[in-house]
Amino acid sequence: MNNSIALKSILTKEIQRFMRIWVQTLVPPAITISLYFVIFGSLIGSRIGEMGGFDYMSFIVPGLIMMSVITNSYSNVASSFFSAKWQRNVEEMLVAPVPNWVIVAGYVGGGMCRGILVGLIVTLVSLLFVDIQLHNIWVIIATVVLTSATFALGGLINAIFAGSFDDISIIPTFILTPLTYLGGVFYSISLLPEFWQGVSQANPIVYMVNAFRYGFLGISDVSLVTAFAVIIFFIITLFIIAMVLISKGIGLRT
Amino acid sequence: MTYALEISALKKTYKGGFQALKGIDLTVSQGDFFALLGPNGAGKSTAIGVITSLVNKTAGQVKVFGYDIDTDLEKAKSFIGLVPQEFNFSQFEPLMNILVNQAGYYGVTKSVAIERAEKYLKQLELWDKRDAPARTLSGGMKRRLMIARALMHEPKMLILDEPTAGVDIELRRSMWNFLRELNQQGITIILTTHYLEEAEMLCRNIAIIDGGEIVENTSMKKLLAQLDVETFVFDIKEGTAVSKLEQFVKQSPVITYRLIDDHTLEMDLNKAQNLNQVFEQLSAANIEVQSMRNKSNRLEALFVSLINKKSRARQTEPQSAVVGVN
Repeated sequence: MNNSIALKSILTKEIQRFMRIWVQTLVPPAITISLYFVIFGSLIGSRIGEMGGFDYMSFIVPGLIMMSVITNSYSNVASSFFSAKWQRNVEEMLVAPVPNWVIVAGYVGGGMCRGILVGLIVTLVSLLFVDIQLHNIWVIIATVVLTSATFALGGLINAIFAGSFDDISIIPTFILTPLTYLGGVFYSISLLPEFWQGVSQANPIVYMVNAFRYGFLGISDVSLVTAFAVIIFFIITLFIIAMVLISKGIGLRT
Repeated sequence: MTYALEISALKKTYKGGFQALKGIDLTVSQGDFFALLGPNGAGKSTAIGVITSLVNKTAGQVKVFGYDIDTDLEKAKSFIGLVPQEFNFSQFEPLMNILVNQAGYYGVTKSVAIERAEKYLKQLELWDKRDAPARTLSGGMKRRLMIARALMHEPKMLILDEPTAGVDIELRRSMWNFLRELNQQGITIILTTHYLEEAEMLCRNIAIIDGGEIVENTSMKKLLAQLDVETFVFDIKEGTAVSKLEQFVKQSPVITYRLIDDHTLEMDLNKAQNLNQVFEQLSAANIEVQSMRNKSNRLEALFVSLINKKSRARQTEPQSAVVGVN
């Protein structure tokens, strides 16, 4: 059995899905991010002044791109895998000799493709508002790839447990969005009182946003090594959880 | 010779304690056209679910072409093509994508998959719809799409769970011909259906499952030979006097006739009797027959009798066995 063909099939199906509904998947992030730039960057940002040695607009660009990557990687896998469960076409894969790791890799790969593509679109939109600088392209690439993988895995686990469409919106609404907003997208955590700085360090998104910001601006509230260690820890943990759930057939097999 | 399917002591108990399969044993030979029949909730779909790994078994062993699903699951899966009872493809994807992706899950390259998709879509008269989203198909087309999808990796065994449910007669017959051709090519076919005529027409061997147990497992020929009585319906030529028919029914020796309405006679024919005797009697009474038909499908009569027998046996089981140990 050629697993690379099976992997390519799942990946192709996933990419075809989000490209087929591009008005729902690719356009909204571009519009939302433009509004962020207009409101937080141009209107309010000009009164805030500098942050971390950069004008506010330049400071928030990496965080906004990362926010789009996180949201889209997560929601792509959560909605696609849950739809496959709901329509029962997940059975197409379950009856075939596709190893579980291929199913996980295919869906996560699809989520990463959408997350990274949306990230690119948002980056292009941001060029209309600000001159983007590049401090270290490899840190940017590594952070965006690993972060999208982390949240695609999260979306997959969410979809495995979900029993209704409500269940795939609860985590993004009540956990993911607050963590993202409190993850240093709009401010440096060094501005917070010491206690809240400590609390923020328990938020994994802080590490992702800061590593990404380092790639653009060369500044970060956390050490780069710690940031990558945290991201890789989450990837490994979430991958193991996803594999165990699929192997046991939780939510998939009777 | 290795069996296409070998099931031993297969049990499935669902959460909540419902025992869907109570230790069934079943073998299906390679190249067979096999019917798995049973009333709703008998355990047919559970058995198919276990064979195709969509349902986790509680106990027992399942081998597909000699490969145990516990130790060689991927190998076993590669031999099976499944046409499930319910539509389970993405409603939004075009037909071509559904088929090509399905082939990909079995390691079939894209170029080969496209050729096969064209072949099966043409054979199943879906080629014109190849770029249409699946949701736009009619019910019959969706059934055919699921058959095409199950064939994309050219399986050695095809399992069809109610493949012609809701399909009109003409289409059903064309699907029968298609399945016969597949079987002639050497593909083992296992069929569950509610249309017993379908099983009788297509299948060589049969198992009847009821209450999670196999109540009959034999060849179609042997099963039908068990049938003692067949009921025939005669449409009598219009204009025949009703009084004449009533008198014929009253006076008929040996064979019992029933007058259903002014021009319909019904009679039960047992194994010792033959239709020649019937026609001799009708001719002697100067009654002309316009047409004749079986009242019900032969297999249907047997099926009902076997299931009823099983149900009566369950009712007469000792009370202690029903309520468990006290």
